[in-house]
Amino acid sequence: MSRKELSLFNPAILRRAVRDSFAKLSPAKMYKNPVMFLVEVGALLTTILLIPGFTKHVDYLFQVQITLWLWATVLFANFAEAVAEGRGKAQAEALRKTKTESVARRLTASGEERVQASLLRKGDRVVVEANEIIPGDGTVIEGIASVNEAAITGESAPVIREAGGDRSAVTGGTTVLSDRIVVEVTSEPGQTFLDRMIRLVEGAERQKTPNEIALDILLSGLTIVFLLATVTLKPFALYSGSDVTVTVLIALLVCLIPTTIGALLSAIGIAGMDRVLKHNILAMSGRAVEAAGDVNVLLLDKTGTITLGNRQATEFIPAPGVTPEELAQAAQLSSLADETPEGRSIVVLAKEQFGLRGRELRELGAHTVVPFTAKTRMSGLDFEGGRTIRKGATDAVDAFVRSIGGQFPDAVRQDVARISSEGGTPLVVTDAKQVMGTIYLKDIVKGGMKERFDRLRMMGIRTVMITGDNPLTAAFIAREAGVDDFLAEATPEDKLALIRKEQSKGNLVAMTGDGTNDAPALAQADVGMAMNTGTQAAKEAGNMVDLDSNPTKLIETVEIGKQLLMTRGALTTFSIANDVAKYFAIIPALFLVTFPELQALNIMRLATPQSAILSAVVFNALIIVALIPLALRGVRYRPLGAGRILRRNLLLYGAGGVIIPFIGIKVLDVLLHVLHLA
Amino acid sequence: MTTMLILKLAVYFALIVAVTKPLGLYMRRVHSGEKTFLDPIMRPIERLIYRLGGVDAAQEHDWKAYTIAMLVFNAAGLFLTYAILRFQHLLPLNPDHLKAVAPDLAWNTAVSFTTNTNWQAYSGESTMSHLSQMVALTFHNFASAATGMALAIALVRGIARNSAKTIGNFWVDLVRSTLWILLPISFVAAIVFMSQGVVQNFRSTRQATTIDGKMQTIAQGPVASQEAIKELGTNGGGFFNANSAHPYENPTPFTNLLQMFLILCIGAGLTYTLGSMTGKQRHGWAVFWAMSILFLIMGVIVIGAEQSGNPIHQRMGIPVAAGNMEGKEVRFGIGDSSLFANATTAASCGAVNSMHESSTPLGGFVPLLNIMFGEIIYGGVGAGLYGVILFVVLSVFIAGLMVGRTPEYLGKRIEAHDVKLAMLAVLILAFCILVGAAVGVTTKMGTSSLANYGPHGLTEITYAFTSATGNNGSAFAGLNANTTFYNVSLGIAMLFGRFLMIIPLMGIAGSLAGKKKIAESAGTFPVDGPIFTFLLVSVIVIVGALTYFPVLSLGPFVEHFLMNAGKLF
Repeated sequence: MSRKELSLFNPAILRRAVRDSFAKLSPAKMYKNPVMFLVEVGALLTTILLIPGFTKHVDYLFQVQITLWLWATVLFANFAEAVAEGRGKAQAEALRKTKTESVARRLTASGEERVQASLLRKGDRVVVEANEIIPGDGTVIEGIASVNEAAITGESAPVIREAGGDRSAVTGGTTVLSDRIVVEVTSEPGQTFLDRMIRLVEGAERQKTPNEIALDILLSGLTIVFLLATVTLKPFALYSGSDVTVTVLIALLVCLIPTTIGALLSAIGIAGMDRVLKHNILAMSGRAVEAAGDVNVLLLDKTGTITLGNRQATEFIPAPGVTPEELAQAAQLSSLADETPEGRSIVVLAKEQFGLRGRELRELGAHTVVPFTAKTRMSGLDFEGGRTIRKGATDAVDAFVRSIGGQFPDAVRQDVARISSEGGTPLVVTDAKQVMGTIYLKDIVKGGMKERFDRLRMMGIRTVMITGDNPLTAAFIAREAGVDDFLAEATPEDKLALIRKEQSKGNLVAMTGDGTNDAPALAQADVGMAMNTGTQAAKEAGNMVDLDSNPTKLIETVEIGKQLLMTRGALTTFSIANDVAKYFAIIPALFLVTFPELQALNIMRLATPQSAILSAVVFNALIIVALIPLALRGVRYRPLGAGRILRRNLLLYGAGGVIIPFIGIKVLDVLLHVLHLA
Repeated sequence: MTTMLILKLAVYFALIVAVTKPLGLYMRRVHSGEKTFLDPIMRPIERLIYRLGGVDAAQEHDWKAYTIAMLVFNAAGLFLTYAILRFQHLLPLNPDHLKAVAPDLAWNTAVSFTTNTNWQAYSGESTMSHLSQMVALTFHNFASAATGMALAIALVRGIARNSAKTIGNFWVDLVRSTLWILLPISFVAAIVFMSQGVVQNFRSTRQATTIDGKMQTIAQGPVASQEAIKELGTNGGGFFNANSAHPYENPTPFTNLLQMFLILCIGAGLTYTLGSMTGKQRHGWAVFWAMSILFLIMGVIVIGAEQSGNPIHQRMGIPVAAGNMEGKEVRFGIGDSSLFANATTAASCGAVNSMHESSTPLGGFVPLLNIMFGEIIYGGVGAGLYGVILFVVLSVFIAGLMVGRTPEYLGKRIEAHDVKLAMLAVLILAFCILVGAAVGVTTKMGTSSLANYGPHGLTEITYAFTSATGNNGSAFAGLNANTTFYNVSLGIAMLFGRFLMIIPLMGIAGSLAGKKKIAESAGTFPVDGPIFTFLLVSVIVIVGALTYFPVLSLGPFVEHFLMNAGKLF
């Protein structure tokens, strides 16, 4: 699937959304949203009341306008939801196209047979060779191959999949580029990753999240309260000697019930899922995204998440009597043939610091490359004429130098001790029996991580670094990266125990993982994000899959989760606060005929009772449309403490929610009056 | 003049602020079973009560068992009271040979006192025997207040506990509330009242010859003892029909101040208890200040409205320096009357020292709105606290999402189940008030009791249902409530308003108790500090105002504007 940025307001999506908003008028669909369902019922009632002879029409044009705007309110709500679903639907279609019906080569006792991919069952074994599509999700049990996973991840660079280890999982729909593998199928028909992904992005499996359900209950409760307030207004009015028409009462009811948030609630949820997907993360449920917002402890693996994948040379520390440049020369020579990332980083550092270029080994007269082995723990070059350059672990170099009659200087020994104590890795370089000095290798913390951890801390989220390093090294990197805590020499069991411990203290924990032995921890964590490159077991245990396999994205997920919840809260507050102005518009208008003195409550000085009621209804409908972009994009997110966020949002959406409708209704009133509509 | 009145409000408020911490701390000690100075006297009595009642004080209950115990206790009290009222003519201590109370009135009165409402559709002195007053009614003055306090403490325990099944033992909470808190304070207060001239005897009515030679019948009885608990327990049922306006109940400005103090002291103190028991003292204060802000605003409105008096008088050239004195005792004047009206409806007390009906429209609007808010401005004994916690839960839920987390209240997540229960409680109140008043104004049986028509009549009927549902018990007067319709319907409103609100709240207590506490962090929604106080006040005002704005517009608001235009009702 190509991940071309599909704009939410792309014309194709909008056209389709307009169509869908009418289709969604069906009561069978509407009843799921009690607030908007009530609006629909109200609109239906006012429509019936328009039938000539049904009621005494006081002002037909007015009633027609109210009716039309009530229908518009329902349609706007449906439109919001349809737009939110739009991008997901478009993506689902793209995914379906890649799900071409392929033929699988199933292994049988006697050999091979060709079957439809859709008929494969769990446990079947299939052969896939170059340029064939992998017919289903599974585990490689034989062979190694490069695979193009663009269909799932959108990333066209091939990845290696091989039997055994943590890179054995393959996904149906991806293409083998080279070699031959045997795959054991791990999913039943219709349950493949691709199927699930289609259902997820399409929203077919969308269930209300716990917070959404709770909010729905609150909104329904408020709706009943306002229903009581409007229904009882009829007897109070009758007692007071004035009558109110049903149409006007319905208009009042629709203005009072929380239609703004009621209309946008599901759109906010869908858009949240969609934002996660835009980051190429597949959340298995909306609940998972919500949980991400609640997380207050993040477990991050050191390697690849906090630090760059490998240690790098950062400093040359020469032995007494050796210049730094001489040491760099020797170090570079020792590493020219070293293709490990550490070796390459030494060459790079030598070039950066002293402008030393790479040289051809032949020209230098090197005749043997001595590779690193676990036994010698040194690597280097032998030159013609007996010159030997070595770099390696301190004790190995020490032994080597002594064996050829050299001395290991005490100063170097001290440098080595210091580097170790700082959590770095020392490599000693020797040119024959002359010890040249030490190369300082260390873990490089990714750029910007410290700031991100600071931001997380401000939001009340603690980060814990997980590493296999010894405590000394771990502590040093933890300090440098600015994480709050670390778990050193961690085994998967330790990770699981740590999650349980944090949870028992009342924390919600998020983590990433890819290996099979991460699976229990991924399942235990409140948010478990599995890497797409990981094993099938890990992907099934987590509640999110990162298609890019970039564990740092866990942080973005947390931010998206928070933003989702904030958007809901902000619009709920806004919606309820709006009611104040609507009351001041409608109540005086209702009884102005009987009690002209109520003009005093008409603080907006609206022109006529009709224009007042109509402006409130129109405002109520238009505000939904106006807020669709906010609902879909989410409110502006800032990494601040809860107190400051609350103050800011209360001011913006609470106070704003009280003030804006006063202005909006007044403007609409003037407009309606000028246009002679009321 | 107005400055003097505001100063009075300030003095009164200062007393409330001063008592909050010591009383709140004491109540926590009592309900946590810690040592108190009254232990040597009360412990033996407590043990004796448990032995007689077969209560195992060490055993705690879950919310269901707790609620059932509370319901059983209150049902028994309800039936017992009904029986005493119906058979008072056969029972002793009836020196004036009063007749049996009529069935509908007996039902209404029994419900009224059981629910801490003390709505009185009768004149105490001419309807109730001394036995009825003392046993049936004074008993409830203690029992209903202790019930409220027990429930509030149980709810606070639910919030404070971590993954717990139980929320306490109802019988223990009931007994300790009575013995350690209600009895000793009202004992002291009763003696002070007697020293000020409040009567305390068992005599029958006296005949006296007035200065202008007329005969006057003066009722007698054990007034002081009932007076103290009337206010302290936010009951409000007076010995006399005139209630705290009667010189035998409330003779001096000093007793008036003491009465107002007693009405609000426990409600205010419980906010400190909340903070103390949940280990979040700042939260307790935030709740206290939210209540106080509303209290002061309402106080200033009512004083202002009464002080500015009636514009029609002004136009007629009648001097209005005294403000609106109609329906007020001269010895209290506008200040003490307005403050009392504000206090008695801020709490669910309902004692009155002036006729709220005779207030200006806005002066009458304040007590009405106070009750509509749910009487959470300090509030009734216990009821104020559990009522305000309902609003706290709603505030936390509405605004909690805005900080980007699942809303949590003191470490407890507020989930669908809790929101459902909270909304249920809100709905019950709105339903009883609005539907009750709507039926009242549209039916003959409702409107035939009215003494006034127009917006004032609407306010009278609305006030009656609001007062009953809110278990306040103050009457707007002007409405003849001793009819079958009002006795029955207001009885139902009182019963629903009390117990149908309590049951969901206890459900919340049980649900919160069972939840695991979530660790606090910088991302946690703050339930202390000025922002939270402001939020809580806004939610109370908006939810209260939005629900009742239409009926208030047609009642007090219209009347206010009409009065300014020169029309009265």
